[in-house]
Parts: sequence; C-alpha cells; structure tokens
Amino acid sequence: MIIGKIEDGIVLDHIKAGQGMRLYNILGLEKLDCEVALIQNAPSQKHGRKDILKIDKLIDLNIDAVGFVDPGITVNIIEGGKLAKRKHLELPTEIVDVIKCKNPRCITTIEQELPQVFRLTDAVNKVYRCKYCESKAK
Amino acid sequence: MRHLIDIMDLSIEELDEMIAVAKDIIADPQAYSHKCAGKKLATLFFEPSTRTRLSFEAAMYELGGVVLGFSEANSSSAAKGESVSDTIRTVGCYADIIAMRHPKEGAPVAGIRRSTVPVINAGDGGHNHPTQTLTDLLTISREKNRLDGLTIGLCGDLKFGRTVHSLINAMSRYPDNKFILISPEELRIPEYLKYETMIKKNLEFVETDDLEAAMPQLDILYMTRVQRERFFNEQDYLRLKDSYILTPDKLENAKETLSILHPLPRVNEISVAVDDDPRAKYFEQVLNGKYIRMALILKLLEVA
Ligand SMILES: [Zn+2]
Repeated sequence: MIIGKIEDGIVLDHIKAGQGMRLYNILGLEKLDCEVALIQNAPSQKHGRKDILKIDKLIDLNIDAVGFVDPGITVNIIEGGKLAKRKHLELPTEIVDVIKCKNPRCITTIEQELPQVFRLTDAVNKVYRCKYCESKAK
Repeated sequence: MRHLIDIMDLSIEELDEMIAVAKDIIADPQAYSHKCAGKKLATLFFEPSTRTRLSFEAAMYELGGVVLGFSEANSSSAAKGESVSDTIRTVGCYADIIAMRHPKEGAPVAGIRRSTVPVINAGDGGHNHPTQTLTDLLTISREKNRLDGLTIGLCGDLKFGRTVHSLINAMSRYPDNKFILISPEELRIPEYLKYETMIKKNLEFVETDDLEAAMPQLDILYMTRVQRERFFNEQDYLRLKDSYILTPDKLENAKETLSILHPLPRVNEISVAVDDDPRAKYFEQVLNGKYIRMALILKLLEVA
C-alpha cells in the first residue's frame, strides 16, 4: 500500500494494531485541514501488525496524549522530506484535556469549563485518576 | 496556606498534633474561648447536612469567632450557575476560612483553585469527608489512648460507605492495626481499596459475613447502615438486614473494653437498647466531632 511521501509533517509509528483510530480520535485529527492517513494492520518487525498515522503538517502535537495511549509509539518529525527528529515516549504523569471523566457524579459534569485533568497514580498498571473525583480513567 | 480536602493531606505528625490540641480543648475549653475572636467562618453548604454544619458552627462559636453562610444550593449563587471556584473566591473576601459541602465529587478541588483563604471539605458527594475521619480518630484515641495495635471491626455497607474507606486509609498508617471487614457479600469493600491499599500495604485483614463470630476479637466496632437501595432485590435485603443490626444479645461475647462507633445518623442498624451500654460511644463521637473541628480551624487559621 502506498501513501504519498511527507515533506513536512509527523509520522506516528508502532501504534499497536487496532489503536490507531483511538489515537486519531484522542488527538482530534478530524479537525485538521491537511492530509491525514491512518494505516491499519501494517506489517511490523516488532509486533507482527501495527497501525501508523501520517500527518502532512507540523502540527502542535500533544505528546502526552500519545504517551497516554501507548508509550511504545514512536514519533517521527519529518522536515524537508527527511527524518529530523525521533521521539521516544514515557507515560505522562499528568494529562490535560485528553480524555473526559466518565463519573456522572464528578464536578466536571456540571462545570464544563474545568480542565479535564488526569494523574498517573499507578505506573505499573497504567492507572490514571481524575484530579477531582479520583475516578479511574476508562 | 493549607486546605483540608482529603484526610491523606495530613501527615501523621499533623494528625497527632491536632488530636493533642482537641484533648487540650476538652480539658480546658475556657482557654480557647477567644482564640478566634474577630475571625469569620463561612459554611457553604451546596447540599443540606444540618448536623455537619451545626458542628462546624458550634466549633467556631466556641472559639469566639462568628459564622456566616448558606445551607442549601437554591438559596445560593450556584443556583444561578456560578462556578464553585467563583463562589469560593467571592466568599473569601468576607470570611477567614471556609467549610464547604457539595453534592458533586471533586468540587472542593475545583473550588480551591483560586481561593485566598483555607477551605475545609465538609463532604463532597460519596467521595471524601475528612472531618468525619478526624472525628473517628479522636474518638478512638480518647477511648484507647492509642491509634495502633487495635483490632477494628467495620460492619455494614463497606462498598459505598466513604467513612469506612477513609477510616481504613487513615488507620492503615498506624502500625499493627488489624481490620475485620464484616458485610454481606454484595457490600464488601471495593476491589481498588482491597488491592491498592490493603494488600499493597500488607495490612492484616479478614472479610467475613458473621458479626457475632468476629465480635470477641474487636477493640473497635464501627457500624454503618445497610441501605435497601443497595440491593438488587427485596428478598436479599430482608434476608440480610438483621444480621447487621447491632442488638444487646450480639454483644454478649464482646470485650468489656470494646468501643462502638457510628458516623450517625443511624436508622435501625444499632438498636436503641444498645445506647445504655457503656461501650456505646457514638454520641461521644458527635461531641468529639466539634472538638476536632475546633482544632482543625485553629490549625488552618494558624492560631497558636
Ligand atoms: Zn472526575
């Protein structure tokens, strides 16, 4: 499968197969006006199958959101058709406005202007909890 | 400036210091009767809770301070759609310290973001209620003269009972406490508390559904209510409810030194016949609630 070469943009590689669409949604890529390609189930040396996201623009990427989805994702920054930078990720200790609290009794359900803040409370089991009500992120 | 949102915001040293101050107040209330002269406490109750509000108000009056506030949301700015943060910031212009209760979980965390005065969480939905836990700790400390090496029975609704969860968290910080968790299968403590606190911290605990069998071991019995609406069907509720009602005959094999606590209000989970038993401490607990709130106000206002 051939997707056009990127001049200036971002390639998110080694996304676990099946997680590409979730990452697309979390990053809000539907709001971009540039070309965006989601490749699902591409062959991978590392995991058998992987997803890839190609964004044909150097957007202000929310790195914490990517790390939250999967710290194993590789972020490749492409400039002038060449790999300019490769970032390896970690689980972020705090994520802001990446996911929403699902607890119907949380203060964020009635005060929509509050930032949606989640904190990493258990790195081993990758548990994030709402800063306000401490509900576990789902 | 400090707030009190969650009981875990306080270090063991701070807890010990506040318990010591509360005991000192009990020994000599006169010495404290003007400590907060000229200071104002605002009680912002976005949902009604008369007993908690009265406890805070009595505490402030006994320190020589004054009280202002509201006791339900529809008489307040929240009814007009103001954010908790704005309400707190506004009230901070009038008061030196705020006690707030709110039906939504996490409301105090949202509320303190721009607060210029100390804020005490007087309950946020089913989430935290740290002054209840302070009350429980003072009561245990007064009854037993220590907070370690105790066998604590927690009985009733351990799944939804926030006072139980935060008491377990608080008592787990003191060495050699043992917990006996007495509840119907359906109302056992939540998995996260079991795994993230009790097992991770290596606490000694057992889960049982038999109150009478557990009774002889207990130094403390903390009762909570088993509510009808927690059950899927009426038969289960009717089958189980009497097992978790404390009556004089269930106390037959209890230690002479047992202390029976309950966060109140009770409905029928402790029979009135138990009230005359010298081991019943739940009304002393109410009084302790006022004293520990006095100690807390002094601490947050930094009044020596
Ligand atoms: Zn929340």
